[in-house]
Amino acid sequence: MIRVILPTQLWRLANIGREVELQLEPPVTYAALLQALEAQYPALRGTIYDPATAQRRPFIRFFAKGEDWSHEPLDAEVPQAVASGEEPLRIVGAMAGG
Amino acid sequence: MSTVRLLAGTRKGAFILTSDTARKKWAIDGPLFAGWEIYHLKGSPADPNRIYASQSSSWFGQVIQRSDDGGRTWAAAGNQFEYTGDPGLHQFYDGTLRPWEFKRVWYLEPAPGDPDSVYAGIEDAALFHSSDGGQTWHELPGLRQVKGNLWQPGAGGMCLHTILLVPTKPRRIYVAISAAGAFRSDDGGETWRPVNQGLKSNFELPDPSAEVGHCVHGLAMHPARPEVLYMQKHWDVMRSDNAGDSWIEVSGNLPSDFGFPIAVHAHVPETVYVVPIKSDSEHYPPEGRLRVYRSRSGGDQWEALTKGLPQRNCFVNVLRSALAVDTLDSCGLYLGTTGGQIYASADSGDHWKAIARNLPPVLSVEVQVLE
Repeated sequence: MIRVILPTQLWRLANIGREVELQLEPPVTYAALLQALEAQYPALRGTIYDPATAQRRPFIRFFAKGEDWSHEPLDAEVPQAVASGEEPLRIVGAMAGG
Repeated sequence: MSTVRLLAGTRKGAFILTSDTARKKWAIDGPLFAGWEIYHLKGSPADPNRIYASQSSSWFGQVIQRSDDGGRTWAAAGNQFEYTGDPGLHQFYDGTLRPWEFKRVWYLEPAPGDPDSVYAGIEDAALFHSSDGGQTWHELPGLRQVKGNLWQPGAGGMCLHTILLVPTKPRRIYVAISAAGAFRSDDGGETWRPVNQGLKSNFELPDPSAEVGHCVHGLAMHPARPEVLYMQKHWDVMRSDNAGDSWIEVSGNLPSDFGFPIAVHAHVPETVYVVPIKSDSEHYPPEGRLRVYRSRSGGDQWEALTKGLPQRNCFVNVLRSALAVDTLDSCGLYLGTTGGQIYASADSGDHWKAIARNLPPVLSVEVQVLE
């Protein structure tokens, strides 16, 4: 089971908990993970990546195992620890604007 | 007993204020969608408990929210706004060409007869419509075919910020865009014509016959007289008596004819309201005095309405969608400021009272009278 931790604004938007679980068959890419997330929680559609450009939104970051994976292409596979469910993928709204 | 419900969009969420028809005591609920920019909320004339809200953020993009119970509960609706075909290029501030890109929804206008029918004005400027309660959106692309390649952003972006539907002429739609101008459709939005003759924007548009490129800030109409339009342009307050085919200036004795919102009295079509702002570089009232100006003659002669509004050291702005009128017999007015105040008048603007003082900057105010 894939584990995803959402930023406060998004779990509140979807009226769900901070951490969610997704069932995905390998290979697990970022694109597949995000599509599964949107399919399971339609309120999140378009909030993490821009559907017009298919690019990650600039102030969204992806972290796992203490590392920043934000610049991986969306068709890249997520880290093995995320794919196995050992570690969650943390989707973070970057601190900015202050 | 009727209830008055005010829908306020702010930089950090939405607020719903309610009162009885005396409009003296108000309850404030919110923030809804805390932390998100709420550019606009508006209720359906066909079902006042159906409310649409534009929720956006630089982090997470655009969300459309819908309530079916007067704002108590909400659910995310559709947020896919795809331009029809290749949207092409438009002018940028520096004269270069830029591709059309969706940024946010500025304005939502539910249609009179059907709560599932709603229009959205977006940035980069285009008009969209949903016939399924906001689940799916379709562009009315004929609008951008009116010299869209010559449109350019105003300081706030290239936004379609005003949509006026005409209850007695269901096929007629007016829209306004910064900085492109005003446009009219007489066939339900399929084809459009620019309605900007008579506008003068000498510094920005040296050609007095330019059909598009004007920075229109606000547009207002009384539903009983849909041929008469009032406009707050970047500079100048304007009037048209022929559905926008030609315009005359009616700034008259205003202390400044720069400003953003414009509104028409609910029962007296010749009574118009504006909020003068000092200039485009100084976005606050002249002399630090917040004054609503009222004309009872359809323009030119204006009187300052000051009772209950701050008359010293006031340096807030009033944005284009932050002035609303209600439909009670004694017409109410509501004014939101960038300082987070909402002022209300229950007597056509003669007397005002702050009904909220410390909200986030107010982006929009709409009002409903519930039977």
